[in-house]
Amino acid sequence: MTLAPETTDLKVQVRLDEDWMPVCDLTRLLPGRGVAALLPDGGQVALFRDRAGRLYAIDNRDPFGGAAVLSRGLTGTHQGRPFVASPLLKQRFDLETGQCLDDESVRITTYEVRAA
Amino acid sequence: MTATPEATEATPTIVLVGHGMVGQRFLEALAERGMTATHRVVVLCEEPRPAYDRVALTSYFSGKTPEDLSMTDMEFIDTHGIELYVGDPAVAVDREARKVTARSGEVFEYDTLVLATGSYPFVPPVPNKDAAGCFVYRTIEDLLAIEEYAKSRTTGAVVGGGLLGLEAAGALKGLGLTSHIVEFAPRLMPVQVDDGGGAALLRTIEDMGLTVHTGVGTQEIIIDGDGAVTGMKLSDGSELATDMVVFSAGVRPRDQLARDCGLTVGERGGITVDEQCRTVADPRVFAIGECALAADGRVYGLVAPGYEQAETAAATIASDEASFLGADLSTKLKLLGVDVASFGDAHGTAEDCLDVVYSDSRAGLYKKLVIGRDGTLLGGILVGDAEAYGTLKAFTGSVPPVSPESLVLPAGAGAPAQLGPSALPDDAIICSCNNVTKGTIRGAVTEHSCTTVPEVKKCTKAGTTCGSCVKVLGQLITAELEASGVEVDKGLCGCFGQTREELYEIVLALRINTYQDLLDRYGRDGARGGDGCEICKPAIGSIIASLAPTIGASGYVLDAEQAALQDSNDHFLANIQKNGSYSVVPRIPGGEVTPEGLIVIGEIARDFGLYTKITGGQRIDMFGARVEQLPLIWARLVDAGFESGHAYGKSLRTVKSCVGQTWCRYGVQDSVRMAIDLELRYRGLRSPHKLKSAVSGCQRECAEAQSKDFGVIATANGWNLYVGGNGGATPRHADLLGQDLSDAELIRLIDRFLMFYIRTADRLERTSVWLERIPGGLDHVRDVVVEDSLGICEELETLMAAHVANYRDEWSETINDPEKLARFVSFINAPDTPDPVVGFVPERDQIKPDLPLLTIGHRPLEGSAQR
Ligand code: SRM
Ligand SMILES: Cc1cc2nc3c(=O)[nH]c(=O)nc-3n(C[C@H](O)[C@H](O)[C@H](O)COP(=O)(O)OP(=O)(O)OC[C@H]3O[C@@H](n4cnc5c(N)ncnc54)[C@H](O)[C@@H]3O)c2cc1C
Ligand code: SF4
Ligand code: FES
Repeated sequence: MTLAPETTDLKVQVRLDEDWMPVCDLTRLLPGRGVAALLPDGGQVALFRDRAGRLYAIDNRDPFGGAAVLSRGLTGTHQGRPFVASPLLKQRFDLETGQCLDDESVRITTYEVRAA
Repeated sequence: MTATPEATEATPTIVLVGHGMVGQRFLEALAERGMTATHRVVVLCEEPRPAYDRVALTSYFSGKTPEDLSMTDMEFIDTHGIELYVGDPAVAVDREARKVTARSGEVFEYDTLVLATGSYPFVPPVPNKDAAGCFVYRTIEDLLAIEEYAKSRTTGAVVGGGLLGLEAAGALKGLGLTSHIVEFAPRLMPVQVDDGGGAALLRTIEDMGLTVHTGVGTQEIIIDGDGAVTGMKLSDGSELATDMVVFSAGVRPRDQLARDCGLTVGERGGITVDEQCRTVADPRVFAIGECALAADGRVYGLVAPGYEQAETAAATIASDEASFLGADLSTKLKLLGVDVASFGDAHGTAEDCLDVVYSDSRAGLYKKLVIGRDGTLLGGILVGDAEAYGTLKAFTGSVPPVSPESLVLPAGAGAPAQLGPSALPDDAIICSCNNVTKGTIRGAVTEHSCTTVPEVKKCTKAGTTCGSCVKVLGQLITAELEASGVEVDKGLCGCFGQTREELYEIVLALRINTYQDLLDRYGRDGARGGDGCEICKPAIGSIIASLAPTIGASGYVLDAEQAALQDSNDHFLANIQKNGSYSVVPRIPGGEVTPEGLIVIGEIARDFGLYTKITGGQRIDMFGARVEQLPLIWARLVDAGFESGHAYGKSLRTVKSCVGQTWCRYGVQDSVRMAIDLELRYRGLRSPHKLKSAVSGCQRECAEAQSKDFGVIATANGWNLYVGGNGGATPRHADLLGQDLSDAELIRLIDRFLMFYIRTADRLERTSVWLERIPGGLDHVRDVVVEDSLGICEELETLMAAHVANYRDEWSETINDPEKLARFVSFINAPDTPDPVVGFVPERDQIKPDLPLLTIGHRPLEGSAQR
């Protein structure tokens, strides 16, 4: 998953069942910011890239507010875990597990993601 | 004794006559001793409102409301079952029958009677002293009457140049009147200061535009045919034309009730009491506060001794031992913005004592220390700079550890002694209003785990009255916390151990212009090399943006790394709404907009189907734009000459205006022009929190400037600048920072104020909270930005000038940058597809978000809302 960011022609891919769906050029992902992608079934995935080049993919929908906006949140690390804070009411979600860090009863879907 | 106070005959009754500051303190002292549970407590309060802060009376004119001044917590009264009769004074006392009759006719039997009737202002018996336009200065009602009468007048005179007289004169000036002070003695504040101090004071007060007449008495009030004041005749034969007169010639104890029932009173008034505050004539009756003639033969006109008497009386009634033997008359005041303090034996009456004097009447400074033969500090007077008051007063009675001269020399002349409060002994009184020692304050920290000034205030009462000790209080708490090894983590967040202010200094001094560089060099150990967090990223992003031109960063918040730091709203230069759509707010400087401008906005809103609303900030908000529509909407707005309104940023929002002089019959300056100038000057300035402003064309204040971070009100001679106002959840009236400023002076002062705020505030700390938090508060800020006490004003101005010169509109920059524009899509893999979750339904001929709300509970925000 870790790749040299200079590698330019790599594509970000999200795993859907058996297939890897290509999303965009890796260069379109700004470290520390997310983007949203539309899935074939109409669902949405939020993709992030951290400073070390690691990629993450979670459901784009904020389960608290209902809007599909998680890709627009601010990212960071909390006790070594990467997270995104929703731009609506600021709840944080672990980017690797989808666990909400502010409400243990809430967890959102995560996706496998790679650059190839 | 029974536990329920209400019913039984046997419940002893305490009747308190007078609900002033001292009366209220007496009630608190009773409650603390559990006496309210075992006694019926009846309070007769003459004024139309329960006890309020008379000491702070004058702050009514700088925006405090009567409610702000209240000292009575109705919950306290209720919880303790106290029967409070507001507006119902005692008219007679029958000591034989132990009964008090109230004006309402109601009769109360008592076991113990406490008189706390205060004093009344003395009005010299000059002819026409009761004419229309003559006032005294004692109660909120007096102030309301003065304010009302002053509305249509131009000149006012105060009889009496003492402490209260100066306050009254300042108030008249603040009401826009040309003000005079007439003092019989040869100097101002004859009781507190000596000739030297009086001279320094006179100089400063005259510089403020007040006219002082010393050494003359008032002989007669001159009236017109309708019986209203037109002037006064002075003892030197001259006449002074004035529309109103405020008598402030001293106070007299209100002892009439006591006289009428045969209690002993002093020759010059005051109810004679013993060391327990019990009247000498009747063991069941006590007298406390300004109406009492204490056992040391004095009537005290200050609140601190009154509080001590209240405690003494309460303790005595509860059969505890306590006595009031006399009190210190130390005072520190801020009169018309001038610090005046006197403490201990200020006039040097002790035998063989020596004076150490530093005087600079040009600068309005006068400092005198009275030193005993053995080097003991006996007392002193400080005029113009009373910074050292807290420490000096606490050292009074001991030999200070450094030479006395070094304590009065101004900073810069020789080595000014930095005597921290840690040098003080434990029994030193830190708060003289409430008689709180250093030991008690330390105890609050070590034993009651208080860590902040508000906590210590609550725990010890220190700092809750005149406030002059709060600065020392803060220093003591920090010193104590540090000494007890408590790690006070003031760090910004888990990534940085520094405060926002410290980080600002690092960024500025070392010209660090990227977040990563700062994190990797100055972050906490575990955080270096990491991704930061949602707290420090926008905070540092804001610091970098505020200082961009100076530290060599891009002034455009979406450039390179800066884009990743911005709060989500800043990243899209718009405010996110609940369904994921955005609002669009073009800047409308000063709220002024042309019909063409309105039409453009209307056409855009219509073409994109946006919901429109006039905001509370005098501009127009268009809601419901999808992220991919933002550039299209803005292209049209920019084309029509509109700019970003920064509704999303922690930056300048709006400068509201009233129509002012141009149209309004009352206006005295062009408030619209000034509002536009200010909005254009400070637009785009990134700051710790949003900044709001307003400019009103006259004192009527239609633009509500006093609720703004910086508000401007026109005067006949220029502008008054108010700072630290806030609407929102915790409203705060702004404080006056500068008066009668010219355009250039106003802008210079705002430049300095804002840059100093940006430099020293915490993240998400509005100016109102900042002003209350920073040590020294408004006085400190005034010292820094008006007097330039830190010598940084030039730098502050330069920083602002750089901001102004480098301002560029974010939206016009964005629509001209294809790479940035590519970010404004709902889906990176389907740029033309709109987000299907964003939907709308009609309402009142416009749209509103349609969102199946999935409420899972809410996490309280720590003030991190976006606007
Ligand atoms: C649009 C507007 C309401 C309106 O329909 O009139 C508004 C809308 C919001 N305000 Fe406000 N405020 C608006 C005027 C005000 C005013 C009135 C004023 O400015 O004269 C105040 C009180 C004055 C003040 O700030 O002192 C005000 C005090 C607040 C506060 C409380 C601030 C405080 O210090 O207590 C918040 C919350 C915060 O900032 O933390 C807030 C936050 C918000 C937020 C950002 C809440 C949120 O997180 O979504 C709203 C954003 C809506 C949007 O996306 O556009 N808004 N808000 C007004 C926009 C004015 C403008 O043109 O820019
Ligand atoms: C403008 C101003 C500024 C001041 N600044 C300072 C300062 O900086 N520092 C300082 O130490 N002191 C200051 N003082 C003085 C301070 O306010 C008084 O020392 C303090 O208020 C005395 O408290 P008290 O309760 O004895 O009297 P008051 O606060 O006057 O209360 C007495 C109350 O009793 C009521 N009363 C009288 N007769 C009756 C009756 N028969 N029945 C029922 N109620 C009755 C009165 O209406 C009044 O409400 C200032 C005073 C003023 C006016
Ligand atoms: S503040 Fe004064 S000048 Fe402005 S509109 Fe109101 S009355 Fe007129
Ligand atoms: S000295 Fe007045 S409040 Fe402490």
